[in-house]
Amino acid sequence: MNAIKKLLMLALFMVPAVALANEGVALDKAHYDIHDQASLQRGAKYFVNYCLNCHSASYMRYNRLHDIGLTDDQIKANLLFAGEKVGETMDTALNKKEAKSFFGATPPDLTVIARSRGADWLYTYLRGFYKDDTRPTGWNNVAFDKVGMPHVLWQLQGVQELEVEKHGEHETHKLVLVKPGTMKPAEYDAMVGDLVNYLVWMGEPVQTKRVTIGIFVLVFLGLFFVVAYYLKKEFWKDVH
Amino acid sequence: MTKLEKLVGWIDDRFPLTSTWKAHLSEYYAPKNFNFWYFFGSLALLVLVIQIVTGIFLVMNYKPDAALAFASVEYIMRDVPFGWLIRYMHSTGASAFFIVVYLHMMRGLMYGSYRKPRELIWIFGMCIYLALMAEAFMGYLLPWGQMSYWGAQVIVNLFSAVPFVGEELSIWIRGDFVISDATLNRFFSFHVIAVPLVLLGLIVAHIIALHEVGSNNPDGVEIKKHKDANGIPLDGIPFHPYYTVKDIVGVIVFLMVFSAVVFFAPTMGGYFLEDNNFIPADPFKTPPHIAPVWYFTPFYAILRAVPPMFGSQFPGVIAMGVAVVILFFLPWLDQGKVKSIRYRGAIYKTWLTLFVISFVGLGWLGIQPATPTYTLMARILSGVYFAFFFLMPWYTKIDKTKPEPDRVTG
Repeated sequence: MNAIKKLLMLALFMVPAVALANEGVALDKAHYDIHDQASLQRGAKYFVNYCLNCHSASYMRYNRLHDIGLTDDQIKANLLFAGEKVGETMDTALNKKEAKSFFGATPPDLTVIARSRGADWLYTYLRGFYKDDTRPTGWNNVAFDKVGMPHVLWQLQGVQELEVEKHGEHETHKLVLVKPGTMKPAEYDAMVGDLVNYLVWMGEPVQTKRVTIGIFVLVFLGLFFVVAYYLKKEFWKDVH
Repeated sequence: MTKLEKLVGWIDDRFPLTSTWKAHLSEYYAPKNFNFWYFFGSLALLVLVIQIVTGIFLVMNYKPDAALAFASVEYIMRDVPFGWLIRYMHSTGASAFFIVVYLHMMRGLMYGSYRKPRELIWIFGMCIYLALMAEAFMGYLLPWGQMSYWGAQVIVNLFSAVPFVGEELSIWIRGDFVISDATLNRFFSFHVIAVPLVLLGLIVAHIIALHEVGSNNPDGVEIKKHKDANGIPLDGIPFHPYYTVKDIVGVIVFLMVFSAVVFFAPTMGGYFLEDNNFIPADPFKTPPHIAPVWYFTPFYAILRAVPPMFGSQFPGVIAMGVAVVILFFLPWLDQGKVKSIRYRGAIYKTWLTLFVISFVGLGWLGIQPATPTYTLMARILSGVYFAFFFLMPWYTKIDKTKPEPDRVTG
């Protein structure tokens, strides 16, 4: 019984278990819902607090957050820290040239990052940092080898290490939590889920509205089709 | 005489309004047996209009400047009212254009629409196809994403494979040593002015030539052979109102599919808008896998299938060029006694099937990374592609055809 418990505990701490393959990492599935406004609002909070220090989202205006249910006053009170106006885009105070010398690369703009990387990659990446003393920042990432970005969320997630096991010819790689953070693994995953949800939404804020409009357009075309079909039949009845 | 008739009479004395209307619509007699495949000509015209109208609105907000282009596209997607819709219609329209044009060309292959006396219609059509490729290629650079940039880099580099003058030629095309702001500006100019003008002229020529000789039909027989006392083809019906009301049905079905893509899957899983194109162009970072947009991939696969000879990629470029240009000669390569696939023998039907398989197969291979297996497959399919054309004079001659009917069959 004890042994089973130990195994279960081990399995728990191995979350997120990420398998490394030669052609790249097998991505964990991100569960997100762009209709969940509470999740998007939490994601916006995490985004502004953690990501926006170094990254910009320079095509995204703060007042676009109206779309996820935030008012101007809420935005001003909770998300603007340096006297920005709500109509401004989400820029970062970090100087791009300095950033390049700090990290070796300019932190990319994140407005449409979910559209190029995909939700699953972001979800895996943000949970895939591990301690690596050979790297200048002390961190490496399973989804992005030799990444220049340090693990900004380490206090929340804790410290992971990459465990390599050799099974004859092939190796398995596992991330193991060696020092717990302030969040439990499940809490951290949920938080990253919210953040990914926000990034996906921010990549195309109109996407929920787009689908709704699309349904109306198709219904209209469907009705138009019936009219056009009978019109054609009427005209063609004398063609033999 | 009503006031309207008076006005029309006044115009007709000065401009051929009624006669043009009659010649091209109300008294243009089209065969009565058009089937599904005959929707795609009018649909191509519809897509052209969509592209021009959405294009006009995009140009109002787009900035053809390497430093601003990417941001201006995101500005259209976010800050311009319904800018996202205009942009998605334009990007989906590009792919839709090629889908309807490929189906339109397939119709020509099936029913022998390129055969005498319609050779010039086919040649104008091929010129339209070439202009469309240029239009799509230059338009794809404008969002200034990674795929825009590196796709253009790869294609323009093909010109540098030309012996002796290649390097100079590619610099002349780019206006710089690499794809740059200068290239973006000239591509913008070509995309919004030069090529659309050429395209419009060619389309007018295509339709005038068609209306001169009359439309072919799924039976491949000439309806003008049998006319009534008034000189009207017995199997012909006026284009308006018969085919205008019929085409409206086709237009609606097309718009339903088109709207489903625009509203529910505008990137089409990365095929209509590639994931990498949401990363701004970076001349210092080559993406690991560069593939052109799907409508160029059959030719791209042929390009890659040909191994470099004498240290030059030129043979591949030639093969790719020939793969397109050979289509111009179709009216003379085809020696068959009948036009339509309905009366052709098993040999032609087999070859046409093989050709479709090779074209679709090469299209799929052009998207994949080049592995040894895929390269071998691309070589086999390229062989089939060229054999379809080069052997055509022979196999169409020996093919056992069925007798054509005298009049169109339903």
